[in-house]
Amino acid sequence: MSELTTLSLTTAMQGLEKGDFSAVELTQAFVDTIEASNGALNAYVVQTPEQALSMAADSDARRKSGQAGRLDGAPIGVKDLYCTKGVRTTACSNILGEFTPTYESTVTQNLWDAGAVMLGKLNMDEFAMGSSNETSRFGPPSNPWRRGGSNAALTAGGSSGGSATAVAADLCLAATASDTGGSIRQPAAFTGTVGIKPTYGRASRWGMVAFASSLDQAGPIAKSVTDAALLTEIMCSHDDKDSTSLNVETPDWVSEVEKGVKGMKIGVPKEYRVDGMPQEIEDLWQQGIDWLKAMGAEIVDVSLPHTKYALPAYYIVAPAEASSNLARYDGMRYGAREDGDGLIGTYEGTRGEGFGAEVQRRLMIGTYVLSSGYYDAYYLRAQKVRTRILQDFQIVFQDVDALLTPTCPSAAFAYGEKTDDPVQMYLNDIFTVTANLAGLPGISVPAGVDNDGLPLGLQVIGKALDEAACFRVAGAIENAAGFAAKPEKWW
Amino acid sequence: MSERPTYTLTGDTGTWEVVLGLEVHAQVSSNAKLFSGASTQFGSEPNQNVSLVDAAMPGMLPVINKFCVEQAVRTGLGLNAQINKTSRFDRKNYFYPDLPQGYQISQFEHPIVGEGEIEVDVEPSHGDPAYAFSVRIERLHLEQDAGKSIHDMDPTATYVDLNRSGVALMEIVSKPDIRSPLEAASYVKKLKSIVVALGTCDGDMEKGNLRADVNVSICKPGAYEKFRETGDFGHLGTRCEIKNMNSFRFIQAAIEYEARRQIEIVEGGGSVDQETRLYDPDKGETRSMRSKEDAHDYRYFPDPDLLPLEIDDAFIEGIRVNLPELPDQKRTRFETDYGLSRYDAGVLTADAESADFYETVAKGRDPKLAANWVTQELFGYLNKAELELTESPVSAEQLGGLIDLISGDVISGKIAKDVFQRMIDGEGDPADIVEKHGLKQVTDTGAIESIVDEVIAANPDQAAAVKEKPKSMGWFVGQVMKASGGKANPQAVNKILREKLGL
Repeated sequence: MSELTTLSLTTAMQGLEKGDFSAVELTQAFVDTIEASNGALNAYVVQTPEQALSMAADSDARRKSGQAGRLDGAPIGVKDLYCTKGVRTTACSNILGEFTPTYESTVTQNLWDAGAVMLGKLNMDEFAMGSSNETSRFGPPSNPWRRGGSNAALTAGGSSGGSATAVAADLCLAATASDTGGSIRQPAAFTGTVGIKPTYGRASRWGMVAFASSLDQAGPIAKSVTDAALLTEIMCSHDDKDSTSLNVETPDWVSEVEKGVKGMKIGVPKEYRVDGMPQEIEDLWQQGIDWLKAMGAEIVDVSLPHTKYALPAYYIVAPAEASSNLARYDGMRYGAREDGDGLIGTYEGTRGEGFGAEVQRRLMIGTYVLSSGYYDAYYLRAQKVRTRILQDFQIVFQDVDALLTPTCPSAAFAYGEKTDDPVQMYLNDIFTVTANLAGLPGISVPAGVDNDGLPLGLQVIGKALDEAACFRVAGAIENAAGFAAKPEKWW
Repeated sequence: MSERPTYTLTGDTGTWEVVLGLEVHAQVSSNAKLFSGASTQFGSEPNQNVSLVDAAMPGMLPVINKFCVEQAVRTGLGLNAQINKTSRFDRKNYFYPDLPQGYQISQFEHPIVGEGEIEVDVEPSHGDPAYAFSVRIERLHLEQDAGKSIHDMDPTATYVDLNRSGVALMEIVSKPDIRSPLEAASYVKKLKSIVVALGTCDGDMEKGNLRADVNVSICKPGAYEKFRETGDFGHLGTRCEIKNMNSFRFIQAAIEYEARRQIEIVEGGGSVDQETRLYDPDKGETRSMRSKEDAHDYRYFPDPDLLPLEIDDAFIEGIRVNLPELPDQKRTRFETDYGLSRYDAGVLTADAESADFYETVAKGRDPKLAANWVTQELFGYLNKAELELTESPVSAEQLGGLIDLISGDVISGKIAKDVFQRMIDGEGDPADIVEKHGLKQVTDTGAIESIVDEVIAANPDQAAAVKEKPKSMGWFVGQVMKASGGKANPQAVNKILREKLGL
């Protein structure tokens, strides 16, 4: 039944509705595939086959009694950032040890309330800090994609590398992910999948292990724009338990996907044409522009003059918030603890052993930029930059409906290629951090492959709360690109 | 009301003054914590009142308790202070096991309440009369309390109780307007009376829900006035902060010790280090807790989990119109309606129980007489017996009955004191006591006349002498009263004596 795993979420839901197969059959297919493939791909860090099959059986019962939800019976993978009741949650950090929450995050609860089935917890960069998933305590997942004629293992991007890998390799119908600076969109681009970061505040952060509170946002990685729209609708909700959650209705986004772009005005920001960007990405971007034009959209050149300050501002704000958010991991109440000499020794032992090098680097940066005497020069200034970046977008969005950019300045890269130089790694986020800093929705949609046959993504950034425009434009690109390439199975 | 005296200490080089600013932490009266729904019940088993948020479990987020915001606004209004319609919560970052988040959520730059001012009454002390002075409030902000570290349960380990973790505190910061240990204690008393009247803090200092940090510095006479003119702290000495005191007595003793310590340092040619100190009530001294160099870098920044706190005029007005009568308003009313002195009115309105007790006693009676009996006799007794008003053996109704007996000339003021003592001893209602012991005043002039005649007849020499020295008539009054067993009406005795002695 392995062909069941290749279905999209939407077609699988249709199959379940028609009774072509049961949720248990569908789930069993994924359980089997994960068992066979996860050793090579390392997408899942916790597998929950028994829970999955039990949830699937419940789903079948509900469907039989006519009470099926919108995702009833759909096997989903969950990024290890989401706290899942009774299932180990560590954000792929040693410091959380064997931490097993007694509570369920709002986003995953929304999925289970809609009938979805949990397959397990997906690999990620430690505390979502990374762009290649190489900082995970469990080692990185392997990108199912490889360069033509090469056996070199590539990263699936990060931090949601496990989610992207699982979706691309058919180890789940779709996956939850999270995006602080591009952690949904970049892995989606690297794996030929669709990933959207909704407007900040659309999805509750309650029960998500925090990285940078003002930037973190939940979203899905899926096989198609429609699948992404469906999952986003279920994941988003107003939540009284999250003070930054927006009290807004979640609209019907699925119906937006096929509406087309006729009459839409799409901006192309010149600042995203950066030095050293591969020609293939330039060409793909142009291709995207041409497609949209051909489908009746108006293309406008626009300027977002403060874009160049986005990355440095991001790498001040995010570590600053992280340095405070991660202070709770002190070995006192839960997670791993390394006893040392006295209280300070125990703190040092626990945090020194528990946090990996990249997390420690960011905690140091964050502590530094918030310290007395440096706060104004770094944190406060970065917040001012952030305001400017938001203003850039607001001005441009008075004139255009959405923006089109590449998702990343490169295709998937090899392990170790950027780990020696953190700045090179950080540069991978250059096109994605702006949407986080401004709180805007951004979607990555696969639009083609490079000369090595690796997938490349285009990004659509929308106005605040206008995910609808993102889905329309991404849907149009998906149709035009007809992206059907699948990785050649090597695992 | 008297002039404000200057409190001074004498060192080897002359006179010193003290300058004090207080930070009072008042636990907000609220059933739930500031950012979680956990209970604030005092005396629960350790770690019973701890939510996922209080324990800082991964992914947990704070949500502001609206009632605590109301309480802060209510308190701000009671302090005659500016209410800030936009305020913000910041994180104060430091590591300690009783601080699960690794940061305290507080308000650093933008507190919910800004500047205000209160009048503080100082009781008579050491021969100085009562006086009042005003203290400017700098700000009031909301913040989370930390948990409790328990170091003495195990020789090698510290235990942590998170019941208090996340409980809402109001930190009320004064300007350096306080100039003596007694003033500092009086200020805290006043704050306590305000928050208790408002119902925003229980004010129970023994339970730690009202605690004070005192900033102490010393200066030479004249320097403080220059500071007030210019706002330049350079005119004042280096300050030390004495942390976490929960009794009026400790506050006064600690300040006095600390001021003398600083004087000794400065006069010895040294300089005072800015530091945080703790008061040890057993030794009666302060000791260093941490120096400025060791001070934490708290890395304050706006809490990104919380939006700025916005409140509107309607919210503030809704609270304002429902404010209870505050101690100051009540005192003014007592002064006007009952004709009491400011001091007596202040004593009687220091807390709601006293005021209610007095108003019951004074109802339909001579208000001044009632005030005297409540403040002098009853409070005097309670103080000596170390009893709270709620434990008084004499009820307001009973005391009112006693006053009725005095006003109705049934007993004299002097007899009334005996009756009062019997009431304290549990003999019951005053009228019954008077009846039972035959203490009714003799107003029958015939009866008094015969006693007077007897006394004059028995003392012919004194009767002759008193004509030369009319002032000594008091001796005859005493004799007559004695002979009547204290029951003769003193006015009648005076009148009749005057007639019979021909004065």
